[in-house]
Amino acid sequence: MQWSVEKLLKLYRLMFLIRTFEERCLRLSYQGQIAGSIHLCVGQEAVAVGAAEALQEEDLTVTTYRGHGHVLARGVDPYRAFAEMLGRRSGLCGGKGGSMHLTAVAQGVLPPNSIVAAGLPIATGVALAQRYLRRTSVVLCTFGEGALNQGAAHEALNLAAIWDLPVIFLCENNGYAEMTPAYSMIKGESFAARVRAYGIATYEVDGMDVCAVAEGTMQAVEQARAGQGPIFIEARTYRFLGHYQADPGTAYRSAEEVQRWRARDPLKLLRARLCEQQVDTERMLTALEEEVKAYLEECERRALADPWPEAEVLTEGVYASIQA
Amino acid sequence: MHPSRLNETAGQGSTAASSQEMRELSYAQAINVALAEEMERDERIILLGEDIGAYGGVFRVTQGLQERFGTHRVLDTPISEAGFLGCAVGAAMCGLRPVVEIMYVDFTGVAMDQIINQAAKLAYVSGGQVRVPLVIRTQQGARPGAAAQHAQCFEAIFAHIPGLRVVTPATPRDARGLLKAAIRCDDPVVFLEHKLLYSTTGLVPLAEEVIPLGRASLVRSGKDVSLFSYAAMLPVVMEAADRLAEMGVSAEVVDVRSLAPLDEETLLSSIRRTNRALIVHEAWRRGGLGAEIAALLQERAFDYLDAPVARVAACDVPKPFSPAFDAFYLPTVEKVVQAVLTLLR
Ligand SMILES: Cc1ncc(C[n+]2csc(CCOP(=O)(O)OP(=O)(O)O)c2C)c(N)n1
Ligand SMILES: [Mg+2]
Repeated sequence: MQWSVEKLLKLYRLMFLIRTFEERCLRLSYQGQIAGSIHLCVGQEAVAVGAAEALQEEDLTVTTYRGHGHVLARGVDPYRAFAEMLGRRSGLCGGKGGSMHLTAVAQGVLPPNSIVAAGLPIATGVALAQRYLRRTSVVLCTFGEGALNQGAAHEALNLAAIWDLPVIFLCENNGYAEMTPAYSMIKGESFAARVRAYGIATYEVDGMDVCAVAEGTMQAVEQARAGQGPIFIEARTYRFLGHYQADPGTAYRSAEEVQRWRARDPLKLLRARLCEQQVDTERMLTALEEEVKAYLEECERRALADPWPEAEVLTEGVYASIQA
Repeated sequence: MHPSRLNETAGQGSTAASSQEMRELSYAQAINVALAEEMERDERIILLGEDIGAYGGVFRVTQGLQERFGTHRVLDTPISEAGFLGCAVGAAMCGLRPVVEIMYVDFTGVAMDQIINQAAKLAYVSGGQVRVPLVIRTQQGARPGAAAQHAQCFEAIFAHIPGLRVVTPATPRDARGLLKAAIRCDDPVVFLEHKLLYSTTGLVPLAEEVIPLGRASLVRSGKDVSLFSYAAMLPVVMEAADRLAEMGVSAEVVDVRSLAPLDEETLLSSIRRTNRALIVHEAWRRGGLGAEIAALLQERAFDYLDAPVARVAACDVPKPFSPAFDAFYLPTVEKVVQAVLTLLR
């Protein structure tokens, strides 16, 4: 597939925005500004941006606690995402969701989940509703490789398969579930092989190459939209940081392994590709990075200045029609 | 006493006028009628469950619905409670109004994440960006010969969870009217039927009747003691009230029926009249709904209480198999009568 410089720059900007957003979040967490656990996707940005590139506006995303990238890649306002991470009234969910539930229905982002694999059954239902209501939307359901050891995941894969639902199951294989190496918990070498047993077509893509992810997902989306879903994609990727802010990510993996993956940093790979394609990109990318940095600094500053939620809203929204 | 006795007075507090035309239905038929009427009214309603379509449900509740509404609206599922309940949560968020049948409440154990962490939470954590208008129909309770994993009552578990509504009808009329309200509600509703009630019959209005969620029903007025109960314990309590009447004790009976949120005002106004309360439920005593009601009464009506609030409930053991245990394990008419007499001493 041919990628224009313009398109590649757009992808680069988005990946850089996600990287910078998360680095800022980590700093805010260390400063005690963000409460609780945060699970960053630094290193996995190409999966989020590539997958979102394949979606139309009407398509829906069901992601996880590690889904900040998927949320931002759908075009969600980083200021409101910061505000939610910070527990502010102006946050995406009014401060009731936080890092693990950055919801933005207007951008097609349904509530992300902090229960491993819970999103897979939900995504099947989202897809069932699309078909029932004769909408052409498809559902992008993202999860880690660890989720494929949950019963609910297998129930959902089977349901989606027997009902031919328009779901793209996007597995981000980053090699670890918390501190547990992925391949120590499955017999054999292949997650995709298990999924094929359900009668689902599978693709494997290089999760560090944003174009490869986008191309694979585009094909999957096309098939799902044509009624040939569900499709399973395994994106091979790596998280550069720990499982969460308190994990340095060093106890259970070697420095060489981390270095090997860092050498394939999705931002570096795309930068190299752009430089090959056009001579003066280096300068353009630097300017673009400066613009994004300034933009996010401003978003963060605004969010930090925002007020906390008022006590009155605590009991609102538990039920649709009454106060709890 | 036959449970149909309840229909003489049940349905009070509902929206129906008493002069209307009635027909006799079983509890199972009444649920079937509610499903059919609602599906006719609203195309967004779909049903999911095991053996509910072609076969019509293990308890025959969904009989004929797949034939009538099609396989796209009445979906037979694999034995995957977490899978299809989660599927219903997703569909509910995106414009459908699914009604899921979980064959036995005992099986909600394998789908609990989707009920407690998903259905109950997603509206709140999203700051109201999504709603989950989902009904989880299931049946619970003991019958002779049922053992530990097919005889439990889980209402207190569900009632504990903010975001869930919990309802349990005792009569065919309430079953139809409350299910219609549950289906129209924009929140997830756990609708607890009782296996012993399916074959009981009663009068149900021919006309539309939607019985609002969140309202208890005064089934029998009295002045000496309030008996708060629900579901299959109501016939037991009514028979106890008859016996007590013969002894000169006037018992008021309230069908709590909406367990979460509770109709606190109806319970409180009853206790203000009678000054004594006994709660009777088939679920275990420890941490049961009776504990919640007792706490409510002492918090909000302490000055009206002439005796400690009492409970009759199942013994805190797994339901044993042998029918010989049933009278020891379950609340009985005799236990209710004795508990009331103790209260009045
Ligand atoms: C049901 C459940 N069990 C355990 C956890 C704790 N937990 C959070 S993330 C995680 C690892 C998940 O690994 P994976 O699916 O590979 O996703 P990743 O974090 O690598 O993106 C675990 C065990 C959880 N959130 N939910
Ligand atoms: Mg992982």
